[in-house]
Amino acid sequence: MVPVQYFVGLSAILFTLGALGVLTRRNAIIIFMSIELMLNSANLLFVAFARAFEALSGQIFVFFVMTVAAAEVAVGLALIVAVFRTKDTINIDEVSSLRG
Amino acid sequence: MLLSEATNPGGAFSLVPWIVFFPAIGLLLNLAVGKRMGEKFIGTVASLAAGLAFAVSAALFFALQANHGEAVAVPFLDWIRIGEFNAGWHFRVDTLSVTMMLVVSGIGTLIHIYAAGYMHYDVRYKEDPAAYNRFFIYLNLFIAMMMILVSGDNYLMLFVGWEGVGLCSFLLIGFWYNRSPDGTPGTGNSYAAKKAFIANRVGDFGFLMAVFTTFWVTRSLQFDEVFHAVESGEVPVWAVWAITLFMLLGVTGKSAQIPLYVWLPDAMAGPTPVSALIHAATMVTAGVYLIARSAPIFSSIEAVHNVVAWVGAGTALFAASIAVGQYDIKKVLAYSTVSQLGFMVAAVGMGAYAAGMFHLVMHAFFKALLFLGSGSVILAVERGHHPIGEDAEHAKHADHGHDDHGHAFDPQDMRNMGGLRTRIPWTFWTYMMGALALAGIPPWSGFFSKDEILTDALHFNVSLYVVLTLAAFLTAFYMGRQVWLVFFGAPRSHGAEAAKESPPTILAPLVVLAGLSMFGGFLNFPVLHQFGHWLEYTLGHLYHATDFLWEVALGSTAFALAAIYVSWLVYGQKPRRTVKEKDPLEKAIPGLFAGMNAKWWVDEIYEDLIIRPYQKLAAFLADVVDWRFWHDWFHDRVLRDGFFGITRFLAQPVDLGVIDGIANGLARLAQGSAAALSVLQTGFVRNYALWVFVGVVSILGFLIFR
Repeated sequence: MVPVQYFVGLSAILFTLGALGVLTRRNAIIIFMSIELMLNSANLLFVAFARAFEALSGQIFVFFVMTVAAAEVAVGLALIVAVFRTKDTINIDEVSSLRG
Repeated sequence: MLLSEATNPGGAFSLVPWIVFFPAIGLLLNLAVGKRMGEKFIGTVASLAAGLAFAVSAALFFALQANHGEAVAVPFLDWIRIGEFNAGWHFRVDTLSVTMMLVVSGIGTLIHIYAAGYMHYDVRYKEDPAAYNRFFIYLNLFIAMMMILVSGDNYLMLFVGWEGVGLCSFLLIGFWYNRSPDGTPGTGNSYAAKKAFIANRVGDFGFLMAVFTTFWVTRSLQFDEVFHAVESGEVPVWAVWAITLFMLLGVTGKSAQIPLYVWLPDAMAGPTPVSALIHAATMVTAGVYLIARSAPIFSSIEAVHNVVAWVGAGTALFAASIAVGQYDIKKVLAYSTVSQLGFMVAAVGMGAYAAGMFHLVMHAFFKALLFLGSGSVILAVERGHHPIGEDAEHAKHADHGHDDHGHAFDPQDMRNMGGLRTRIPWTFWTYMMGALALAGIPPWSGFFSKDEILTDALHFNVSLYVVLTLAAFLTAFYMGRQVWLVFFGAPRSHGAEAAKESPPTILAPLVVLAGLSMFGGFLNFPVLHQFGHWLEYTLGHLYHATDFLWEVALGSTAFALAAIYVSWLVYGQKPRRTVKEKDPLEKAIPGLFAGMNAKWWVDEIYEDLIIRPYQKLAAFLADVVDWRFWHDWFHDRVLRDGFFGITRFLAQPVDLGVIDGIANGLARLAQGSAAALSVLQTGFVRNYALWVFVGVVSILGFLIFR
């Protein structure tokens, strides 16, 4: 059986990738994808620990997270479409009209 | 001698407040409706008011006689009551106060009647007929005030009356306030009124100090209580000296003695009835009354007698000498009044209270007569000189060729008179009665009263007797001079030429007063001393009957006759023919006459010695102390500039610097920190995310590695 440390390490790598993606990329869709990556790294951790400790609650949590993520995707993509319609771009550096 | 304690006044005594109320009602009535009712009404009401007061006084006289002269105190109103001290409007009916009441209301009534006729002309000559009403209102007010003065049972009520008559005197001297004494428009009369008021203020200060001292040492102002305290020796000697000398100062003011007499001659600016009533017969004798009333105080120290007597005697001689050199008929009488008041003060001063009061009453008779007579003379000359009204109607028919119209004509100047004996016989004969009484020819009233004073003076101090006899000699001389100048010789002006006898309302009081002046002396006939015994009820052991000395009587008669003879030699033998001519005395003794004519320059000396320095002091106080020191320096420099300095300091460094600095500093701090923090607010979500990330990492790091 694959030891749980491996899953944790993979999850950390995935999370770091997601975080760096959020911080460095300017394309809104890519940032979005990076967020999903971070969510899924968390899901991976949940599932890994659930199997390691043979507890079902972690797996149920993952279902909820996936549901929320789906809802988030729906809202987030709608926002990106709206931004694109008004600004003709999805580069978030140009979406800064709230800056003082 | 606490007579007034617990006496239950009954019968006529309870009427006593009416001596004040009748005149008060008269004045209120005239004040309310006098203007609409005409002169007859005004004169009648005013005379009736005074007459009723006289009737009440007479009733009190008889009631007092029935009461065997026992003094009665009639409490009327409470005024000031503090603990033991009680000074109220309480009337005192004793022989002394009733004597004064009778004189004031009796002479007052006659003068009211006279004034009703006299003022009819006066208001027309002064071209202000509306003033008629005002005159009688003042006159009634005066009677009321004088009654308060003489009837008060304590020094406080006496002071109320004292001030009240002073006010009336002021109002009546300045009655024609927009004219000068010669009748031309000017401020002379109001100046005279002011002078009288101020001179009296100095005297009133003395009287007030006397009252304060009395209260201080005796804790009472009620006459009997004060006298009892003084006689029982409770009062220290210095206090008696202070009371008597302060009182004497008050007397010199009100009764026109040296050094405050200067106001009385100027008071002749008032209409003649006023001169007769206030400035000869009644008000000016208030000082004499005060001393007689305070007899137990004045008699408690022998040396006090000397001071008062010499003030009186000095005034008597000094004023008599001035009277010799005057040309104005009223000025002569005014100085004569000052001189006669000197006689009275000398008399009461040396303890001859009855003699002084007797002379007061006699003087009221004959001096009122003389003043009223002089008023009649003045009026006659004025009407002859310048006929108006009915007189003018008659004058048209008899056209005189005269040239003294137009320029200033003084109807009071004796040089303008002469030969009036035949033109105004009634006035002449009554005037003669007054003149003989004043000169002291027996059996006229003045002889008896003056003789008593002289006899007492001889007992008291020979030099005092000499001074008073000299004054009496001068008195007879100036009266002779006046009579020769006014009534004898030939008329020296058109006014005297065409002089008209006065109407009956004027002559009737003259006749009555002439009778009193002739026979008044028998009131206190030597040996009998009815008047003296009457006053003895009040004076008690302080009364002494003056014995009759033939030497003194014959001496003073001889002196008076000699003086009249001398005056005939000087003025009667070769009467003055023109107005401009020099006075015979001026030719004979030029230096002395100049002094007498110029009133010994007392007014000028006062002007230089008191008024000028006072004005300089006032100017100094006003200009330097008040204006430059207080206003310019203290207010402007210290207060205003100091205030401005403080406000400037508070405004500039404190308000703008500190307070605004705090507010602005806070604002700048907020601004700066906002500016610094706004750098973080990039608007880039990833920056925020980075911070969140950094935050999470550092919290986690802290939790893991702590």
